[in-house]
Amino acid sequence: MGYQLNEEGFNAMLSELTKEYLIYAPKCYQGGNTFSDTDCIRYGEIRRAEDIVFDRKSDYSFKEVLLPVSETLFYFTEEQVKEADVPRKKGAVIFLRSCDLHAVKRLDDMYLKNGPADYYYRRLRENVKFVLMGCAVSFDNCFCGDMGSDQADNYSVSVDKKGDFYYLDCKDEAFAEILKALPHAELEVAPCHVTENKVKVNIPDHLDASIAKSTMWDEYDTRCIACGRCNFVCPTCTCFTMQDLFYSENGKVGERKRVWASCMVDGFTDVAGGGTYRRKNGERMRFKVLHKVWDYKERNGYHMCVGCGRCDDICPEYISFSNCINKLEKAMEEVSES
Amino acid sequence: MDINTKKLKKNAFRVTKVRGFTASRIRVPGGHMDAKYLSLLQEIAETYGNGKIHITNRQGFEIPGIPYEKMPEVNEKLQPIIEGLNINQEIPGTGYSASGTRNIIACIGNRVCPFACYDTTAFAQRIEKAVFPNDLHFKIALTGCPNDCAKVRMHDFGILGMTLPRFEPDRCVNCGACVKACRQKSVEALQTVNYRPVRNEEKCIGCGECVINCPTRAWTRSDKKYYRLTLFGRSGKRNPRLGEDFIKWADEDSIVKIILNTYDYVKHYINPQAPGGKEHIGYIVDRTGFEEYRKWALKDVVLPEIAEVSTPVYWKGVKY
Repeated sequence: MGYQLNEEGFNAMLSELTKEYLIYAPKCYQGGNTFSDTDCIRYGEIRRAEDIVFDRKSDYSFKEVLLPVSETLFYFTEEQVKEADVPRKKGAVIFLRSCDLHAVKRLDDMYLKNGPADYYYRRLRENVKFVLMGCAVSFDNCFCGDMGSDQADNYSVSVDKKGDFYYLDCKDEAFAEILKALPHAELEVAPCHVTENKVKVNIPDHLDASIAKSTMWDEYDTRCIACGRCNFVCPTCTCFTMQDLFYSENGKVGERKRVWASCMVDGFTDVAGGGTYRRKNGERMRFKVLHKVWDYKERNGYHMCVGCGRCDDICPEYISFSNCINKLEKAMEEVSES
Repeated sequence: MDINTKKLKKNAFRVTKVRGFTASRIRVPGGHMDAKYLSLLQEIAETYGNGKIHITNRQGFEIPGIPYEKMPEVNEKLQPIIEGLNINQEIPGTGYSASGTRNIIACIGNRVCPFACYDTTAFAQRIEKAVFPNDLHFKIALTGCPNDCAKVRMHDFGILGMTLPRFEPDRCVNCGACVKACRQKSVEALQTVNYRPVRNEEKCIGCGECVINCPTRAWTRSDKKYYRLTLFGRSGKRNPRLGEDFIKWADEDSIVKIILNTYDYVKHYINPQAPGGKEHIGYIVDRTGFEEYRKWALKDVVLPEIAEVSTPVYWKGVKY
């Protein structure tokens, strides 16, 4: 069922939702980006329509709502352990775009279905509803079309902001009850979706491990600075590492945290005994790219990358992930000739 | 030829070595302007001068080879530039109203440079509005960050942009980028303790490298902008010396007020016999002692709580 709401109505819906949920959406953090007087669009709790950034892509994805950047798992004092309280007491409503909604499937498959379900992920994932933000046009560097993530229908509500009005398609009964109680017009609504991306990618279907021998990775040895931004903004990167913090020098009191890890950053492949694999940045790029568009699919049957293009948006060295994908075809020719 | 050289100097013309010919000096506060004014400068140089333009040390322009009698015409031609660059002027159409307080220099700042902590052009223009026209010999320079590309310590007032870094531990993954950048490119004010960077507040110079290198927005910039203010650097004959730190973590309003207060101080203490009514402020401070200067400079100035004022201040440099 479709609804048209004005801003007042939309805000009334939000305040109704806040009774049971925390609402997360892309927000503008003024002055919050890398360079002075630059804003950062990233996820945060919102209460009103004007807090939501509709007209720009978020620099960081929704991922941190379900998978905090840094999360305490438990506290310990000598032999005693206390599990950390749930960081969020209420359910969550997350505003996100189609590509990101496709990314939720990747997170779920990794944390809930890849062996036993992850306890900490599950408790944040429970009672979460998704609001699809329609994309009237493709943003810079998006290639959702070629990754098949330009449309999604597994949302509770979709929302498109056009002029002063919000157009919603509702698939959730609880949401529908809230909407029906508000002043609204009923009409047919289909969420906007991207029909054309400027960026196209071609993923060869005959990729195999021999591509590691291609020289295509070499340029990234010097171009890439191994900062990990591409991983941190990626809605589908799920790696984490553990940190045990001791509050005092006696080493008996502290907490265990898990924090995001990046396969591009130094230390990711360090192992006991002092070994380090993938020292070169080109090797790290190879690992990341192939994981996103090759070996993940070998295991799960679909590509990990959803084509949001945030890695391209944020790379300080202007390395394009999509352009790297487009070099794979030639690289396969190169390695099959030799 | 009967020309009042004192008057023409104040009018931003120069007595040159070529008899009968002057040079017009155009101030460009902050060294930033609309490109359209370049064609006006070209026209003046080709119509009244010898077709050459000199880019000055202080980010202005100097048009040489102008016959003295053409000064009124040149002044009229300069009017759109003076107005366009928003230069305070006493009588429109008569050129610059003073030249003693020199053009205010600024590096390119945060309109372009990723390291800059503020809009140097805008701040330079604000100071220009507050201090010009003035015959006293003041040199002011601004730079966006502690890299100091504008070499502000060579000027009476050096303003260096600072960022007070804010840290959100829950966004930190301990990737080490900030600690490494601070160690390799700055002053090694960060150290990893318990998987998190700890900032040595005394050491930190507010360069913003931690913020620039943080991949997760754990480090961000403070809402307020801060500055380091250095005093009385100078080159020249007797005792060239670098400016010394006066205030760390100063704010914009305080800096403007301190500069204006310094004009009062100089008016009060300048050597009345100073040649051309010009005396480097530093020599005046050498005479009165720094404490007396500080009293004048900080009159009615309300500094941010975190500001650190150096006192006393001593200068070094070469003495001839």
